[in-house]
Amino acid sequence: MSDHKTMTLTLIVWRQKNASDPGKFETYTAKNITDHHSFLEMLDCVNEDLILAGKEPISFDHDCREGICGMCSQVINGAPHGGQERTTVCQLHMRKFKDGDTIYIEPWRARAFPIVRDLVVDRAALDKIIQAGGYTSCHTGGIADGNAILIPKPVADEAMDAAECVGCGACVAGCPNGAAMLFTGAKVSQLALLPQGKAEAAARVTAMTETMKECGFGNCTNHYECQAACPKGINVKFIARMNREFLKAQFC
Amino acid sequence: MILDGKCPTGPIEQTWDKHRFDLKLVNPANKRKYNVIVVGTGLAGGAAAASLGELGYNVQAFCYQDSPRRAHSIAAQGGINAAKNYPNDGDSIYRLFYDTIKGGDFRAREADVWRLAQVSNNIIDQCVAQGVPFARDYAGYLDNRSFGGAQVSRTFYARGQTGQQLLLGAYSALSRQIKAGTVKMYNRREMLDLVVVDGVARGITVRNLVTGELESYAADAVCLCTGGYVNVFYLSTNAMGCSVTANWKAHKKGALFANPCYTQIHPTCIPQAGDYQSKLTLMSESLRNDGRCWAPKKQGDNRPPNQIPEEERDYYLERKYPSFGNLAPRDIASRAAKEQCDDGRGVGPGGRGVYLDFAASIKRLSEDTIRERYGNLFEMYEKITDENAYKVPMRIYPAPHYSMGGLWVDYNLMSNVPGLFVLGEANFSVHGANRLGASALMQGLADGYFVIPYTIGGYLATIKPGQIKEDHAEFKKSADDVKKDNEKLLSINGKRTVSDFMRELGGLMWENCGMARTKESLETNIKKIPALREEFWKNVKVTGSGAEFNQQLENAGRTADFLEFGELLCRDALHRNESCGGHFRVEYQYDDGEAKRDDVNYCYVGAWEFKGVGVEPELHKEPLKFDNVHLAVRSYK
Repeated sequence: MSDHKTMTLTLIVWRQKNASDPGKFETYTAKNITDHHSFLEMLDCVNEDLILAGKEPISFDHDCREGICGMCSQVINGAPHGGQERTTVCQLHMRKFKDGDTIYIEPWRARAFPIVRDLVVDRAALDKIIQAGGYTSCHTGGIADGNAILIPKPVADEAMDAAECVGCGACVAGCPNGAAMLFTGAKVSQLALLPQGKAEAAARVTAMTETMKECGFGNCTNHYECQAACPKGINVKFIARMNREFLKAQFC
Repeated sequence: MILDGKCPTGPIEQTWDKHRFDLKLVNPANKRKYNVIVVGTGLAGGAAAASLGELGYNVQAFCYQDSPRRAHSIAAQGGINAAKNYPNDGDSIYRLFYDTIKGGDFRAREADVWRLAQVSNNIIDQCVAQGVPFARDYAGYLDNRSFGGAQVSRTFYARGQTGQQLLLGAYSALSRQIKAGTVKMYNRREMLDLVVVDGVARGITVRNLVTGELESYAADAVCLCTGGYVNVFYLSTNAMGCSVTANWKAHKKGALFANPCYTQIHPTCIPQAGDYQSKLTLMSESLRNDGRCWAPKKQGDNRPPNQIPEEERDYYLERKYPSFGNLAPRDIASRAAKEQCDDGRGVGPGGRGVYLDFAASIKRLSEDTIRERYGNLFEMYEKITDENAYKVPMRIYPAPHYSMGGLWVDYNLMSNVPGLFVLGEANFSVHGANRLGASALMQGLADGYFVIPYTIGGYLATIKPGQIKEDHAEFKKSADDVKKDNEKLLSINGKRTVSDFMRELGGLMWENCGMARTKESLETNIKKIPALREEFWKNVKVTGSGAEFNQQLENAGRTADFLEFGELLCRDALHRNESCGGHFRVEYQYDDGEAKRDDVNYCYVGAWEFKGVGVEPELHKEPLKFDNVHLAVRSYK
């Protein structure tokens, strides 16, 4: 456990007390960091030092720390989740950085995500999009056998590709338009691909895209930054599929 | 006091159906007059809130995360069991029931486990209807894999993200009810007290984690779906926010805590890399379908794994348990790994690890097949360890993962406090002393979709709705008490951080109350934990104020509760003079190292009553009766 070499890093971190505070960057030093520290564990160490010095630690969202809950959300050196392919902040490890590096850390920045504190933002708008139609309207109980509907493996697999979305919002943070098209497209596609979801496909895509607009998200202009930022590698083809579903819905 | 689980009697295969008929109903038009609080939005809470909302009750749901979709059920990887018998390999409701009772080392209630097995099939159908993309075969049928403790393939899965997909299914059902207005969702709220009026649960006090305000919510029934407590070990596979707080607050208001010493240590987790580490990451049990566990035969053998020839490797699970092999249940596989390491044959830093090797399966099936089955797990392993498990075997070590113990509930999932229901991992009911893989998801969804919607009606039909409102004096008293505790935490201004205390508590728990426990080690903890608790309340440093977003204050409160709860866990482990499932007392084992149960003296549920901080709790017993399975020594050989 002691054979790791250690690094010292300079962190330039966005600090903002609450939604109405203007906020500013502050500089901190992270010491004794090893290759095996996760990025969040590195921040834990910085926070321990801050607390002992009587200063307010940096607030950041995190929970499962294994890349699946979608809670962690930081823009690192300009890239949501730090820019490592298919990786959330909590899975990013310090071996990707060098001793002496300077690291800029900011919250998700988008009109639809007001800042709560420091690196913590309010993503309730994503819940609203799902509430608008991201479900099948089935009741609890009284359902036919799971094998009553056959779903060919390629269809199930593609639905699963879309369903992997963790709802972190990196796609929004990465998009120059602050669009939630990849997030919404993934859910619309998952349910439109599956026979269980087809019955409501038209109403769903209409309601979800409408809500997307109301929540202040922008539109897609094909930058593909969302796919690059997505820690689950959700493909932009699901935006195309949503657009097709949307067009179809205009003629139902 | 002898506790009564109120289990229905008669032939076991008829118990649930008969009980459902006997339960009172609430008229559809009257349901909206009843307020129900659901705390936690994982599989149990999400499913319960959605189903109760759909029935027409007025539901208020709470979670500490920023969205109900983030509850830790989401991290479950491998799968969910059901007795569908699609593979035609001999499964049945009876077999799932039997495997679960046996897997739990004969320390669970028969009737509860039967019901779980019975509704397991409905869960799969429900999730399919919601659009959960379970794995399918080329003909379009649902696919199955195998899990530990069973000799049939009954586990349904969605790649390595089954928990995520099931949770998103429940979350979508919940979202639909939020839209319909039957459920009001409160995000970023942490329950910090249960409000009890004249012995009946009437509501909760929560802290709004954004503004810091304390809020009161009254209801006709409160459902705790607040998960498990293995973060008492500090390093565990749980999410950072998982805590015992909601359960502990309810316990302090009168709810009995059952079998806290039944904790599950999962055999296949990534070993700890350093002292700064904040959590341990699970590698799904499903990997043991194709991975073989081994350690070098020679002590201190530090050659790279691929230079250790076949005959110098000890495939210890295959050797010790030939009929279940690498799919031995978790408690057994964990102890076996510890045994190898204690014998000086562990691998990796500090010798705390064994290999999980896929070379044979890759040779037999191809790397692509293995990638298709477990690709995301291999990817996760590489991100954390910087090692490619297609080329070198994974290094794994056991880690705290799940708590079988929890608040005591009767067959209706109601605690001894009327109006307080407890669902999912938060209760103690079905897993006995050890949970089988892929059964946690099954229980969470069974409780939420198919049990509570019936049993809560049986209670609500007997009370008048809306008798107590938020203006009752007990709500104010509760909020004042919470405020006082928070103010105290903020005013200490000591020299040690919250996580420093939590790390020390976790160390004590792991060392003295982990995979192996002795009378001496437990007595040590019962002495040391109160001393640590005392120091905490004198020397902790919490920055900031209570009237703002303050993660240190949140953690301080959770740690304070763990410091009380840890002692109870050790007391329970000390009183249970036997080994069973995840509870292994070194003094009670057979010559070959297997757990030695004492059915004459300990075939009961041990439920503890709170008597005050630092005061010895009182033990109540619920005797366990086995009419349908024969109490036997659990063998997987």
